[in-house]
Amino acid sequence: MSIRVGVVVFPGSNCDADTAWALSRAGAEPVELWHEHADLGGVAAVVLPGGFAYGDYLRAGVIARFSPVMRAVAGYAADGGIVLGICNGFQVLAEAGLLPGALLRNRSLRFVCRDVAIRAERVDTFFTHRVAERGVLRMPVAHGEGCYYADEATLDALERDGRVLFRYVDDDGNPARVEDRENPNGSLRAIAGVMNAAGNVAGLMPHPERAADALLGSDDGMLVLRSLVESAAARVTTMAAGTGR
Amino acid sequence: MNAEIVATQFRFAVNVLPKEGILDPQGRAVEQSLPHLGLAGIGQVRVGRRVELAVDAPDAAAARGLVDHLARELLCNPMIEQYAIEALGAISAARGEVGG
Repeated sequence: MSIRVGVVVFPGSNCDADTAWALSRAGAEPVELWHEHADLGGVAAVVLPGGFAYGDYLRAGVIARFSPVMRAVAGYAADGGIVLGICNGFQVLAEAGLLPGALLRNRSLRFVCRDVAIRAERVDTFFTHRVAERGVLRMPVAHGEGCYYADEATLDALERDGRVLFRYVDDDGNPARVEDRENPNGSLRAIAGVMNAAGNVAGLMPHPERAADALLGSDDGMLVLRSLVESAAARVTTMAAGTGR
Repeated sequence: MNAEIVATQFRFAVNVLPKEGILDPQGRAVEQSLPHLGLAGIGQVRVGRRVELAVDAPDAAAARGLVDHLARELLCNPMIEQYAIEALGAISAARGEVGG
């Protein structure tokens, strides 16, 4: 059975083809989902790729929130559908209120494009079960607005509830302080990725699809994408069993 | 003249600023450039965004209500920003008026 995973295409998305390519390497059949369509075509998971949706005008990700496809994604997420936002996709999910917090302008004011090290804080999720515990993953970031922000109470709640999915770490594997080079954007508590309360929606600033082959420097991103595809497959199987034959 | 007013456009500006206590790297960058200009005594710089718009509405209160809705839903992210609405006046079009 092929696992169909949707890749949303907004005007200004620019990582959609890479994401589709990496998803097929992870065993999925990628399906492009055009932003003007409110139908997700029965996909088993949805990925919002990187780029500059709607030009990132006003604030990164905000205008995408009002597109037909995002209304469908919100309903899909509410029904327990698996949704992953990468970079601009994370910004879109945060602006849409599907993930907590906001992505501010990088503390340095610079667009940052380089490899970073991140640590999965949870390895029992739809997005990380393939990631070895406490394993440090290397993958690139490429963004101007990736500084994770939420108020202190929200940050405490995220940590208490195990909803911090990834953190930027230094060479020793410790969370990078906001002023450290290893924290590429100055994110609070070194947060690189978070989940919603139900655990079916996640976002991260680094690009797993750009670390999808050792030839390109790292294939650590495949651990994230394989986790997602396997989780999607399991969900399809469960749902098929639930509806009877 | 007793022309019947058929439409009124209310003009507003929505001024959006980072909330108090939120990191504002743009404001900080401006502050850091001040010594290069030889300026002293300027601080607390915050950089935001100003959106000007015109609204067709029956009255000023209804127009402001629409702008407030737009500001809350789109122009401002209340988690990180605050906004203030500024009225910029109204333009009425009367029946029979010759357009310019």
